[in-house]
Amino acid sequence: MSVTAADTSAESTAVRARGLRKAFGAQVALDGVDLDLPAGTFLTLVGPNGAGKTTLLRMLAGLSRPSGGELRVLGAVPGPAAAALRARVGLVSHEPQLYADLSADENLRFFAALYGLPDPDARIDASLARVELRARRGDPVRTFSRGMTQRLAIARALLHAPSLLLFDEPTTGLDDRAVGILVDLLAELHDGSRTLILTTHRLDVGLRVADRVAVQARGRIVHEAKAKAIDPAAFAGLYASLTEGHA
Amino acid sequence: MTEPGLGVQDRMDTILRKVRNVTTPLAGFGLVAAAYFIVAYAPEEAEQGIVQKIFYGHVASAWASYLSFFVTFAASALYLWKRDRAWDLLALSAAEVGVVFCTAVLVSGPFWGKPIWGTWWTWDARLTTTLILWLIYVGYLLLRPFAGEGERGARFAAVVGIVGFLDIPLIHLSVRWWRTLHPKPIVMNAQGPQLPPEMLTTLLVTLVAFTLLAASFIAIRAEIERLRDLAAMLRRRAQAREGSR
Amino acid sequence: MSVAAEGRAARVTFGGAMLAVMRKDLALEWRTREIFSATVVFAALVLLTINFSFDPGQRAVEQMASGILWVAFVFAGMLGLGRSFVAERENACLDALALSPADPGAIFVGKAAANLIFLAVTEAIVLPLFAVLFNFPLGRAFPGLVLPLALGSVGFVGAGTLFAAISTQTRMREVMLPLLLLPVSIPVLIASVRITGTALAGRAVSESLPWIGLLVLCDALFLVAGTLLFGHLLED
Repeated sequence: MSVTAADTSAESTAVRARGLRKAFGAQVALDGVDLDLPAGTFLTLVGPNGAGKTTLLRMLAGLSRPSGGELRVLGAVPGPAAAALRARVGLVSHEPQLYADLSADENLRFFAALYGLPDPDARIDASLARVELRARRGDPVRTFSRGMTQRLAIARALLHAPSLLLFDEPTTGLDDRAVGILVDLLAELHDGSRTLILTTHRLDVGLRVADRVAVQARGRIVHEAKAKAIDPAAFAGLYASLTEGHA
Repeated sequence: MTEPGLGVQDRMDTILRKVRNVTTPLAGFGLVAAAYFIVAYAPEEAEQGIVQKIFYGHVASAWASYLSFFVTFAASALYLWKRDRAWDLLALSAAEVGVVFCTAVLVSGPFWGKPIWGTWWTWDARLTTTLILWLIYVGYLLLRPFAGEGERGARFAAVVGIVGFLDIPLIHLSVRWWRTLHPKPIVMNAQGPQLPPEMLTTLLVTLVAFTLLAASFIAIRAEIERLRDLAAMLRRRAQAREGSR
Repeated sequence: MSVAAEGRAARVTFGGAMLAVMRKDLALEWRTREIFSATVVFAALVLLTINFSFDPGQRAVEQMASGILWVAFVFAGMLGLGRSFVAERENACLDALALSPADPGAIFVGKAAANLIFLAVTEAIVLPLFAVLFNFPLGRAFPGLVLPLALGSVGFVGAGTLFAAISTQTRMREVMLPLLLLPVSIPVLIASVRITGTALAGRAVSESLPWIGLLVLCDALFLVAGTLLFGHLLED
């Protein structure tokens, strides 16, 4: 199903999932995920390792095909045929997904070409400025710190101005200062023009910028609430009980 | 035992069981019939003597292997399309059976060749093509355990299963033309299209028997793999219940 | 910049994506020169090993020249192909490629094109090296060599790029690539050696027509299969 301009502006639900499953033979990664995410929201997905958070995000990004259930992202069904959808989704993984031997500028130029973006120079400049990496644009990514690489990955994800931005455990390997910069950036990005989903196993980061929080365990979403309504102490206890005995 | 979303696999279970129940006794009967035909009915070939009778099993094994690899090809394509583990099961089983029959060809060839022209191996067109096929599908089988978690191995192997099969006619042609540049006095091939009728009948009987045998093997092997999947699933369920207690 | 306007304006074409990938690979190789140095040195080593193992006299060299060349190309080529997805693997860039709206087939063709250029450069260096080491002048035969080298390299690189994408994501990848690639590319090898041999012997191209037809078929199979199937290697 193609995604037209009309869908773009009228789309009120960014993600709609019903009974989403991902299994191969006997291994089950997602065991019936239900989700309704309005456009413009910031959702944090918390859960222990092995809960299926990465699997879910990859499915939303179109990198993974569901074994069962329904999924609509920005009004379209993700999959190999949904190229137009992929042009509107961005993913920042905990792996950099950048070419270490090329410079920041060369990396962004490549991805701009890969996405078929018009006026790449202006976009690259704007993206680099946003993550405060303009000064290092000519340096090879190999010389970047983990935090800077992360910021460049975000710059890359912003190049094509996606309507849905996904962050998979972005705090991995970052020191507290870098986490702070990341959280500020996330707060900036949360301006209503895009939907954001963040997965993390760190409750403190998870609760800071989100509108909504969901808990994922054993391949399903077991709890959902508005972030404002959450008392951190009580939530920690609830989280522990929901994820007890997780592998 | 059913799991939601395993519908195709349930249907496949039933089909496999039916295929197995039909082909296995028929294959047994067919093998006995083929043995009779080969030993008693088919005449001895003038030049090569009784050793020539390996030809029937040799050619039938080659045929059975091509059949199996075709099943792998079709199942691989279906797996990539539908991403249903059932097709992957079938592709894997057929590939294993195909490799077994290939091995039979490669082993029976030397046993045929040594008594007749004194060498264990000749770069005969059929033997050479079979050796190449054997290597391709052994690669297919080796790919799976080395590719990591279950799904990737299935996908990669499916690509190999498709490309490998499509390559077969090209391998055939290139090896045959290459062979004509180095002609040997006698070729191991069948006695050309001019097979005496008794030999033709024997060959046909053997071909049918081996076809049934291949179908039976594939069905049984696929069932075994399916049972392994179910066992693993039950184990996981038990462990999950253990963990949450 | 409104989000809606961006979604409409950006569109990547097959050719655009292919060129982007090819340029990126060439730029990476220019920066590091890893593949180039490895393949050229290895090809020279292969020639050396052949020389000492077979110790061919002049007559033998004339008979085996085509084979010697293609052995060097195949083994050096495999080394280069094995490295073609290393950057993607080490930095998890395959996901980034799969994420983009670019057609996976375009990514495949772009990568194959880059690999073809790397192999062509290797061949361009190995040819004079062979001529010198084995005292086998290639000057007159050279025009006739272009066709088999081109067609054979395209076929080898086509299958090789597809299998390299597979082997790079598996354990024992150094073994996996030769195991997968060599049996499948035997038709390419046989045909290329035959056509090259005919050219080196100074005979007419028309003698090799059936082999050329076969080689073109192989090239078509691997390129089409690679373009259609590559997407399945990227997604989950």
